[in-house]
Amino acid sequence: MSSPPQITPQPAETQAKGILLVRELCKSFSDKNKPEVKALDSVSFVVHRGCITGLVGADGAGKTTLIRISAGLLVPTSGSVTVLGRDSIADTLEIQSRVGYMPQKFGLYQDLTVAENMTLYADLQGVAGTERTEKFTRLLQMTSLGAYTGRRAGALSGGMKQKLGLACALIKSPEILLLDEPTVGVDPVSRRELWKIVNELVERDGIGVLVSTAYLDEAEKCDQVVVLHEGKVLAEGTADAFIKPMAGRTLLLDASPDRNLRTIYTHLSGRADVVDVTIRSGKVRTVLAEKVDATTLTDTLGPITTHQAQPTFEDAFMALIPRSDHQHRPSSVGSTHPGHDQDEIVRADNLQKLFGTFEAVKKLTFTVRRGEIFGLLGPNGAGKSTTFRILCGLLPASGGEISVAGHDLRRSRARARSRLGYMAQQFSLYGQLTTRENLGFFGKAYGLSGKRLKTRIEWAFAEFSLAKWADTPAGALPGGNKQRLAMAVALLHEPDILFLDEPTSGVDPFARREFWLRINTFAEQGTTVVVTTHFMEEAEYCDRMLIMSQGDTLAFGTPTEIRELAKTADTPHPTMDDAFIALAEGTVITPQSAPATPMGEGKRP
Amino acid sequence: MKGKLLFLMRLRGILQKETLQILRDPSSIALAIVMPMVLLFLFGYGVTLDADHIPTALVDDDGSSVARELIARFDLSPNFELLPTRTMAEAEELIRNRTAHAIIRLQSDFSAQMLSGQEAPVQLIVNGIDANRARLIQGYVRTALGNWSSMRLARGETAGLPAVMVSPRVWFNESTESRNFIIPGLITLIMTLIGILLTALVVAREWERGTMEALLVTPLRRIEILIGKIFPYYILGMLGMGMSVLVAILVFQVPFRGSVPALLLFSSLFMLASLGFGLLLSAAIRIQFVAAQVSIVAGFLPAFFLSGLIFDLESTPLPIQVISHIVPARYFVDISHTLFMAGDVWPVLVPGGLVLAAMAIIFLRLAYGNITKRLEK
Amino acid sequence: MKAFLLRILAIVQKEFMMVLKDKKSRFVIIGPPLIQFFVFGYAATYDLQNVRYAVFDESRTALSRQLLVHVEGSGIFRPAGYLEDQHQLNEIIDNQDARLAIHIGPEFDNALQNGRPATIQVIADGRNPNVALIAMGYFSSMVEQFNQELVERGMVATTGPGLRLDDRAWFNENLRSRWFFVSALGGIISMVVVMILTSLSVAREREFGTFDQLLVAPFSAGEILIGKSLPGIVFGLLDALIFAVGAIYWFGVPFRGTITALVLSLLAFIITIVGVGLLVSSLAMTMQQGLLGSFLFIMPAVTLSGFATPIENMPSWLQNADLINPVRYIIIALRTIFLEGANSAMVWPQLWPLLLMAAVTLPLAAWLFRHRSV
Repeated sequence: MSSPPQITPQPAETQAKGILLVRELCKSFSDKNKPEVKALDSVSFVVHRGCITGLVGADGAGKTTLIRISAGLLVPTSGSVTVLGRDSIADTLEIQSRVGYMPQKFGLYQDLTVAENMTLYADLQGVAGTERTEKFTRLLQMTSLGAYTGRRAGALSGGMKQKLGLACALIKSPEILLLDEPTVGVDPVSRRELWKIVNELVERDGIGVLVSTAYLDEAEKCDQVVVLHEGKVLAEGTADAFIKPMAGRTLLLDASPDRNLRTIYTHLSGRADVVDVTIRSGKVRTVLAEKVDATTLTDTLGPITTHQAQPTFEDAFMALIPRSDHQHRPSSVGSTHPGHDQDEIVRADNLQKLFGTFEAVKKLTFTVRRGEIFGLLGPNGAGKSTTFRILCGLLPASGGEISVAGHDLRRSRARARSRLGYMAQQFSLYGQLTTRENLGFFGKAYGLSGKRLKTRIEWAFAEFSLAKWADTPAGALPGGNKQRLAMAVALLHEPDILFLDEPTSGVDPFARREFWLRINTFAEQGTTVVVTTHFMEEAEYCDRMLIMSQGDTLAFGTPTEIRELAKTADTPHPTMDDAFIALAEGTVITPQSAPATPMGEGKRP
Repeated sequence: MKGKLLFLMRLRGILQKETLQILRDPSSIALAIVMPMVLLFLFGYGVTLDADHIPTALVDDDGSSVARELIARFDLSPNFELLPTRTMAEAEELIRNRTAHAIIRLQSDFSAQMLSGQEAPVQLIVNGIDANRARLIQGYVRTALGNWSSMRLARGETAGLPAVMVSPRVWFNESTESRNFIIPGLITLIMTLIGILLTALVVAREWERGTMEALLVTPLRRIEILIGKIFPYYILGMLGMGMSVLVAILVFQVPFRGSVPALLLFSSLFMLASLGFGLLLSAAIRIQFVAAQVSIVAGFLPAFFLSGLIFDLESTPLPIQVISHIVPARYFVDISHTLFMAGDVWPVLVPGGLVLAAMAIIFLRLAYGNITKRLEK
Repeated sequence: MKAFLLRILAIVQKEFMMVLKDKKSRFVIIGPPLIQFFVFGYAATYDLQNVRYAVFDESRTALSRQLLVHVEGSGIFRPAGYLEDQHQLNEIIDNQDARLAIHIGPEFDNALQNGRPATIQVIADGRNPNVALIAMGYFSSMVEQFNQELVERGMVATTGPGLRLDDRAWFNENLRSRWFFVSALGGIISMVVVMILTSLSVAREREFGTFDQLLVAPFSAGEILIGKSLPGIVFGLLDALIFAVGAIYWFGVPFRGTITALVLSLLAFIITIVGVGLLVSSLAMTMQQGLLGSFLFIMPAVTLSGFATPIENMPSWLQNADLINPVRYIIIALRTIFLEGANSAMVWPQLWPLLLMAAVTLPLAAWLFRHRSV
């Protein structure tokens, strides 16, 4: 991770170089029936020319509101934003002609071509003549969209859309660029390219950039980071300033003969002296709470190899956010189930899916064993969801054979479906029904009744801390609780197989951690889990995975095996992101020949 | 000078974008071209208030030559389709199973009465469920009997003509074809759909897709947003209107007696009023689903029921008549009927046109006032 | 079997909760139907009132005035002007200031005194041909009464024996078009309610992703169908019955048939419409498509139902196509039950086509639940 040269401006210079000044900014939203929501609570900071300022925080921290106020789209409740010396409300039009803004949804017209979208924004921004020609040439070259000028924006891939959105925001050589979560739902390759463009602009044109992001690793690419939490600034400074105090608090733990990664992981996540636990690169990565001695870990875990790790911004961030807000403690750990064996509970043989002439899934072959966590990975549009829906019996396959617990769910009788749990990509429970009603309905749907239904609902309330939301309509549940409810519904009838489609998409880092911890717990208890995700680092939590790209198998195997593929002299310890980029760029030979037999045995690491 | 140039450039940009969007979006084309055609053909063929070839049971208990002559009179009339029956019971059965809508009965003493110089009764029974048709049938029978009497008188036979006779004449639509009435009115409905439903949908879609947010942060002025929305949809609405007028004249043979400039002038006023109303609605609505529902309730239904399109407004209760005055379609239905069937009758066109112009100005001004460059209201 | 009943109970309960909990759905089954009922009930009429007429009386005699008093006292016509010349007459019709102009020639009185028939000219504005024809009809029957009176009072001698039209109307003796409309209104309005409820029910679940959740659960297509149908049937029938009561007690339409026939016909019709609605809904991927689809069904179905304009006047190809229009059958059934006094056996010819359609649409919709997905 290469950080641009650090600029640490002196306080005296601050006002002079500050091009976007946020002062005591407050913003409240009120709705007739709901209590007033304070989205921003006296926020102050400064964005400098020639710097990238990152706005980091969980969902609902107030990032989007702040950027919208800066663009003059919202009026502050109190306080002010001064952009290029002008007030964001009094001089909105003047500011808007000097600022580039890319909203979360890109703001592209899907029916218009790349060139037409750019022409529109050039007209609106008053860029004409040779200036326009030069600008277009440069932007197209920068975004490598030159070959696609005649293509409709709606037909571009996610990464290309995002680059086009950026190009449109850059047409008038803005003095400040405002980017609202520009990398959500974009594959790692495109994310890298986008950051390259932004860095180039800052270095060559010296513009100021304010970018909001929920990807914590991106914060390290910023010159200055502002951490927002529930509308307040929690901390501010360079990424290094955040990382430095973390020295010595980050440990990597190896699996030992009597404790595998997953048990270490679940054990540690329940401890009060640990701030954060993740599985990265085949090791358990632990961030200790302040002033905790590393040796306390070995006391309970027994003989275990630990290494010091380079702390990252993510570690600092997790340590910074108040713990009670996000900590989840799994209820019961300990293997209650016979565990996993070599039974192939899911089998796909030459699975193929055509939409018209478009081949969305190209002859996939794989198996899932009982009790394992199986990941279907790949960027948006790779065919993961299609494969997933075919497995669940929601879509007919165009060719090939599938069997889930011995049935083809599309043809079998309804009863065959009663042993599986399903959680859809978007929140898909009945929004008007309360938490209790949703649980009750799905419980009955799966044949629970009477006392058993009652105990299971009580279990769900306790396990997912949903009791206080029991009578709230599901649609009105705050963020992470929707996710919890969806999972509670999927698990209510204690299924043998759990199907989860992009369960962590659009979810903040805390909810993602909580989610994986739970999945782990259930897998420990013997449930088979099939999960899709476009977050490469989440692959680490899977026993085995299938990486897809454009409907095809890119790689198949355990996380270690896949990381091995990207190992080169330059990157001796590749991350999953590195592996994916290497695979996508074709710099490694993919084991296409026999995807059905994974390289090596899929034993737990 | 520079400012004006920039203004024109921004205007060009937004107009170009709206036009391309209309051309490429199948739903705009469906609403602006397919829907009007479907409505025109549906109403042109399916809706008619005329009553021709009414199946009528005939019971001739008399059977004389006089009776046959009268029956021949009915037979010749295009209004009746006679179904001879032998007994009254048989005829009544035809009414009950809806094969016939009326019974004409000449009793056994018909010719005797006639020849003895007394009043000869002709019995007519109509199925009164469809009151409108029943009244038309009664009228047709009266006319036929009157004609027969005149004919007999002309031949020097006894006829018993009434003292006062009515000589009816219908102006503008001599053959009283209801199609000539329904199709010009329908054009109003079509323009309402384009002006209100389509614009409300399009603006709501921009909010849903997030493009509105991107437009708002450009230096675009409010007036430019307004013009950018009005102009393309005005053209689209006028195209829909022109197409409908052509279909009306060429396919359905509706006469057009007014002048084209008058048609263009008044339909423009109506289109602008509808667009203003549509934009006013859409300023408050950011979800396509809601936009569709609201524009159907607030635009389509009033244009259908409170405009005189089918049901005569003057015969409705007072509250409904009062409400109908705030429906722009009401004025244009009148104008359209007049332009098609009567011609450029300025005393009808001008007052309606003035009201439409006033509505256009008010709605557009309100819509302008409601355009905001911020996300909140 | 127990599990089956439990699942049915669960899904039916859920569907009812979905309708009753959502403010918008609740409104859809109560608000617009009531408004439509009253607007239709009052605005949809072919009966005339306040027909503005102008008089150009060149005779200006006691007799002509007597005739005009008749017209004025009828309650249907309202004087809009007394004209001086032919030019004014043209103008008043052109400008729509009067819809009917009565021209009594100078020979009127003279002709009557001499036993010759006197002719009066009536000019109607044909821009609304229906109004023109009906107004003419009213006027003719008024002149007929006037003639009768002249003979009775011995003021004129008849020219000889002639015809006497003896007309009667069955089922709707005073030819009130309100009876015609309001008796069938319940069918139309409940259809709109049922269409909106059902056409959105599957589409909404598809859009919010909950339908996948249902399909993955151990429900069979038949169970989902039952769950999805019942709210539409119950609320549609309830609405239709409320409007039947409203028609009888508020608008004074007679009810001459049997209640069994009414309930049976409405039930058959609503089940058919639920089938159509669910079919539209299963085909739609979004609520907007669902709404558009139901609009595409409602428009022609109502237009060609015979509700407002007679079916027999349509071209014969269209009449044949209209045989698959469920609305036409309920319109006929309702009118025969209300006004003709039909019992269950008499409406059977309208019932079996409905049941046949339901037998096609419902299973097709259920099949599409699982087979229409992307």
